[in-house]
Amino acid sequence: MDTGAPEQLVICKYCDTVYRRCRLAPGEVAECPRCRCELERYQWLNPAVMLALVLTALLLFVQANVWPIVTLGLNGQYNGVRLWGMIIAMWHEDAAVVAVITAVTLFFFPLLKMLLLGWLLWFARLGVRAPGFARLMVLLHHVNPWTMSEVFVLGALVSIVKAHLYFEVVADPGIYAYAALTVLITLFSGVDLRDLWDMPERDAT
Amino acid sequence: MSALPRAIDLGLIGCRVCGLVCRSVVGDARLDGDGLDDAMACPRCGAALRRRKSASFASTWALLLAAFLLYIPANVLPIMRTASLNDIDDNTIISGVVELWVKGSPGLAVIVFCASIVVPMLKFTVLATLLTSSQRHSGWAPVQRAKLYRFVELIGYWSMLDVFVVALLSGLVRFNVLSRVEPLPGVIFFGLTVVLTMFASMSFDPRLIWDDRVTDE
Repeated sequence: MDTGAPEQLVICKYCDTVYRRCRLAPGEVAECPRCRCELERYQWLNPAVMLALVLTALLLFVQANVWPIVTLGLNGQYNGVRLWGMIIAMWHEDAAVVAVITAVTLFFFPLLKMLLLGWLLWFARLGVRAPGFARLMVLLHHVNPWTMSEVFVLGALVSIVKAHLYFEVVADPGIYAYAALTVLITLFSGVDLRDLWDMPERDAT
Repeated sequence: MSALPRAIDLGLIGCRVCGLVCRSVVGDARLDGDGLDDAMACPRCGAALRRRKSASFASTWALLLAAFLLYIPANVLPIMRTASLNDIDDNTIISGVVELWVKGSPGLAVIVFCASIVVPMLKFTVLATLLTSSQRHSGWAPVQRAKLYRFVELIGYWSMLDVFVVALLSGLVRFNVLSRVEPLPGVIFFGLTVVLTMFASMSFDPRLIWDDRVTDE
């Protein structure tokens, strides 16, 4: 294996076509002429801005988990639920598989993703690679498809409409925190961290 | 169009994880994804480096078939029980959609229908089509097939919607004897179906759509 491949080449991951990388102007998107996928888009956000967004997302995530999401009322009896309340309920109701899927996709992986991004971007802001950079970037790549907070927001909406038929429904701060989190996730979906690989290793000193 | 060079012809490999362009070794079967032993590692990120994902056709078929088998009980068995003082009501995926349509909001019913029925069915048909056409080295509509794959990859995880609805309602509706919602086995099968279809679309290698086509453009 030869590592001396030219850096300015880029290979389309969907159709294996090789291109020379070109510099993009703001708003520009490089599209693969063969399979029409997006090769690259202009990156609006620098690491410092991304870090700020990730920290905001982390704060929202804490709020989304600390506060109840929805409260139901029936004849003066009220019952609110948090994310973990829901996971534990599934665990006790013989649906452990669902409890695990929910815990992983709505809690552990999103949290891990934000912590990883925070760690990587903290150092990227200083222009260097974070300690453990390569391994953490690979981990991030594998965790990415399994975070589903935005699906949960839609699920909560459907649940509210369904519950509204029989109960008094009170939306709690948790759902607003989740909604705000979804906005951030959408903002972040165009972010491409490949450029971080070009940063130098941190000095050992 | 045929002037666009492909990495496999130039003796290059693009790392799946970090995108690094690497020179590949000619005639190494492991790099084609045939062998099960470890391929070479990417010099930059350390991820396995292969020309094509390993055993892509076989593993995608296997995962897709498994997902399809689980999708049957997921639809036949009820996913949620609503119990109140005087009656017990078991809902399947479809009856949940119908109930939402009739009593609540048709708009949301359409969304749930899409997430729980249309998206999984679309995944099954699209992936099966991509697999058979790629295995036959078909030159048929490659751009459209490539787009279909990316579409499936993009929307796949939204199917988890119904699972979250059941989970949230089970956590919420707990008023002892007055009213309760409990998950039923259907939701477990459905959750597993979604996970398996996600693995299936990940194990399919979209570059295979463009390999050795019988008719070139």
